[in-house]
Amino acid sequence: MKKIAALFLTLSLALSCIGQNKKYISVMEKNLHEMDTCKTIHGYQMVANSFERIANAEKKEWLPTYYAALCHAFMSTLTTGDKIDEYCDIAEKFANKSDSISPNNSEIYALRSLIYSQRIGVNPMLRGAKFGGKSGEMNAKSKELDPNNPRPYLLQGQGKFYTPPQFGGGKDKALPILEEAVKKFETFKPASSIAPNWGKERAKQMVEECKKK
Amino acid sequence: MKHALLFSTAFLLLALSLKAQTKISGKVIDASKHPVAGANVYVKDSYDGTSTGADGSFSFLATDTGKVTLMVSMITYDKTEMPLVLNGKEQTLTIVLKQAASQLKTVVISAGTIEASDEKRITMLKPLDIVTTAGAQGDITGALKTLPGTQQVGESEGLFVRGGTGNETKTIIDGMVVAKPYFSGVPDVASRGRFSPFLFKGTVFSTGGYSAQYGQAMSSALVLETQDLPDRSSGSAAITSVGFGGGINKLSKDSTASIGGDFNYTNLGPYYNLVPQNVKWNVTPVFAGGSLNFRKKFSETSMLKFYGYGNYSQLGISRPNLDSTNGFVDNFKLNNQNYYTNLTFHANLNDQWKYYIGASYSYNQDDIEPNAIRILNTNQLSQGKVMLTRAFGSLSLLRFGGEFQDNRDVSDYKNIPNVPAPYNHFKYDITDDYTAGFAETDIFLSSKIVARIGGRYEYSSLQQKANLAPRTSIAFKTGANSQVSFAYGDFYERPETRYLFERPSLEYEKATHYILNFQHVEEKRTFRVEAFYKQYQNLVTTIAPNPIFPEDSLFNNGNGYARGLEVFWRDKKTFANWDYWVSYSYLDTKRQYLNYPVLAQPVFATPHTASLVIKKYIPSVSLNLSATYTYATGRPYYDPRYPVFLGERTPDYHKVGFTASYIRKIKNVFSVFVVGVDNVLGRDNIYSYRFSSDGLRSEPVTATAARMYFVGVFMSFGIDRTQDVLNNN
Repeated sequence: MKKIAALFLTLSLALSCIGQNKKYISVMEKNLHEMDTCKTIHGYQMVANSFERIANAEKKEWLPTYYAALCHAFMSTLTTGDKIDEYCDIAEKFANKSDSISPNNSEIYALRSLIYSQRIGVNPMLRGAKFGGKSGEMNAKSKELDPNNPRPYLLQGQGKFYTPPQFGGGKDKALPILEEAVKKFETFKPASSIAPNWGKERAKQMVEECKKK
Repeated sequence: MKHALLFSTAFLLLALSLKAQTKISGKVIDASKHPVAGANVYVKDSYDGTSTGADGSFSFLATDTGKVTLMVSMITYDKTEMPLVLNGKEQTLTIVLKQAASQLKTVVISAGTIEASDEKRITMLKPLDIVTTAGAQGDITGALKTLPGTQQVGESEGLFVRGGTGNETKTIIDGMVVAKPYFSGVPDVASRGRFSPFLFKGTVFSTGGYSAQYGQAMSSALVLETQDLPDRSSGSAAITSVGFGGGINKLSKDSTASIGGDFNYTNLGPYYNLVPQNVKWNVTPVFAGGSLNFRKKFSETSMLKFYGYGNYSQLGISRPNLDSTNGFVDNFKLNNQNYYTNLTFHANLNDQWKYYIGASYSYNQDDIEPNAIRILNTNQLSQGKVMLTRAFGSLSLLRFGGEFQDNRDVSDYKNIPNVPAPYNHFKYDITDDYTAGFAETDIFLSSKIVARIGGRYEYSSLQQKANLAPRTSIAFKTGANSQVSFAYGDFYERPETRYLFERPSLEYEKATHYILNFQHVEEKRTFRVEAFYKQYQNLVTTIAPNPIFPEDSLFNNGNGYARGLEVFWRDKKTFANWDYWVSYSYLDTKRQYLNYPVLAQPVFATPHTASLVIKKYIPSVSLNLSATYTYATGRPYYDPRYPVFLGERTPDYHKVGFTASYIRKIKNVFSVFVVGVDNVLGRDNIYSYRFSSDGLRSEPVTATAARMYFVGVFMSFGIDRTQDVLNNN
């Protein structure tokens, strides 16, 4: 009798654990879906808040903080001036948290590259060389950790695209890298339904931009 | 069996009942009671939470029970935590978020200060501005001369601020005094500052009312802060119309330490062959030097910095002797050796306490030959400083510390003409042990009002004199971007060494400052207006007060005043890619000092000075153009024939400078090509006149050439392997 009770108890505990994991995946999926439809800072803020709450409960997962950081990086693209730094500061904090949970992760290095490149926008004259260099370093590390990850190629190409030709950038320099990115996106398979899988459309768009005269 | 089932069911029911939900709702507002939309409200360590709506309201169900922590966060606000007990009963809360300290556009003490820094995002000048200002020729002092409060004194080095002499401005690097910040020069030719603007990440130019941390400067403090760790290892090289240089800076693999060094060589000979000079250089100016630096970061808040500098220079000039009727010339030759080292460490002890320790050593030797005499002037300054800072809350603080300086000056005169040996040789040798203590507190009554109250105590073993200087400032915000501030303080300075040689017991010279400042600073626009009154006391005089004892001539009988109004306007907003600033200084000053028989406007001061600096960046070709126009009214000069002492004025001063720089990246080398012309119009600006002793012959004091041309290329390149990887892929 006691055995049955114990069995029942274990079973219910195990079920609740599986439930928990299922809940994590489903909540993440829901929020990722929302993130894909975001167009405003407020929208991204709402999703970022959700990711932050998930991170608060799932302390061993690197993805919730990764996406909270990504949302803030995206928010910084929708603003100007010193505000860019405010979003990037938070993005960096979340990215560092992800890195402490999952070190040497190609995706997190790509994310950091994105954050650094965003910071250039505050003052391109003063910051171009410094943050452009840091962003490039992060891309190199990201590629080293996972040569199949298309995102560092996208970010590198994007960086070249926005760098003036006198500083070694320009459309012609960006195009081959972005084409490489598109190629990698074609074969890229995310590790799970909630693993990073953004940027494909952007890469295609940028290739088109580069081809425009 | 039945019991078992019952038991299990009961247990499950119990577990479920534990999961009973509590509704948490309410509103998030800021300190001024405005709703905060988009704030994240959640129970710590759980999924439960929500974001606030446009009206700041929120509502969600929490599944946990018992004691929990509610977290509320929002960008630009401090994260707030709040203990809650959940027992199924609905909770309604009003949560007030505090603005993050970085967001509070806090009032700052601004009277007398002009800041150029990269750290604070909104400052009047960025370090890069110093390099790209036309007419400044890459010299920090040159760029600062386009700011209000400074005089256009072309014939001597240094910053002449608000009726003060060049000696009344002190240069401070990382908190430590630099004894000789300018190259040693020949009479009537201004020399450049020794330090490259690229060394510094921040510059604070204070034209009065500065902190009790700094002493021995009656007019102004130029506070320079060296760069932190470099972003990457890199090399640099420069070739210019007057010389060449190179350097290397290596960052450790873990990015916590760096070591670097550079050298430079300047020889004006080839340039002088191409561009005719107004004066005869009998020794071609040659400068050779180098520096070493080391930086180590022990934690996020602690840093050790070492900087060492050494330089050798030689130059000589010949001028016709105005007293001679048969073509005699005055020869002046100079050899200079200069070393400066500086070692500082700062760290946080905990959240409240910070400390700073610094040591520096300056050595300067001028070997001068005016005609047949030989003078060897040696100055050594050893300095130690300790400072502790205690924070109160996020804004207020108390800062205090002490400083010690050992200052030794030796002047050795040889071969004095018309004097028989051994009396044709004499030597001065003085040592001053200077100790100082200072304390000041920044008290924020709110984020809108700050008061700084402090003082400095100094004692000189040579003069055997002590002084106590009060320093106070108050500032308050008058709008989101504007503020008013006021400063008052006493500033003491020991008399110049040449007078201390003769009479070591002289008093400190003293200036008292009163400054009223208004400024409006936006991200791309700055407006600043400042009025000041300055009173001078105990200035050294060299006229014997009692004609019966003409030998007894050195006293502190001088005095004077300076008052004025200054306006500064900078605008980067109105025209895209254009940046311009205008400064205007009005100065009314008189003093009686040295050999002045009466109170008079000194030779280095003029009532009106104005500068216009324009910069235009053309992104499509990466070209930076800059032009500077400076105007000043004439300055007094001494004419022995004229009845009024210093009653005559030189013509007005006009100068236009132009610089173009072009930036290009070739392979992995960043190159900046610079072309500059100073005094484009070739106007013969007269700084003063020299007279023969009978007053019959005179000669204007001017720049050594009508125009100064500069051509150079500056290159920097990455030197580590990752850099190559980056550039190849």
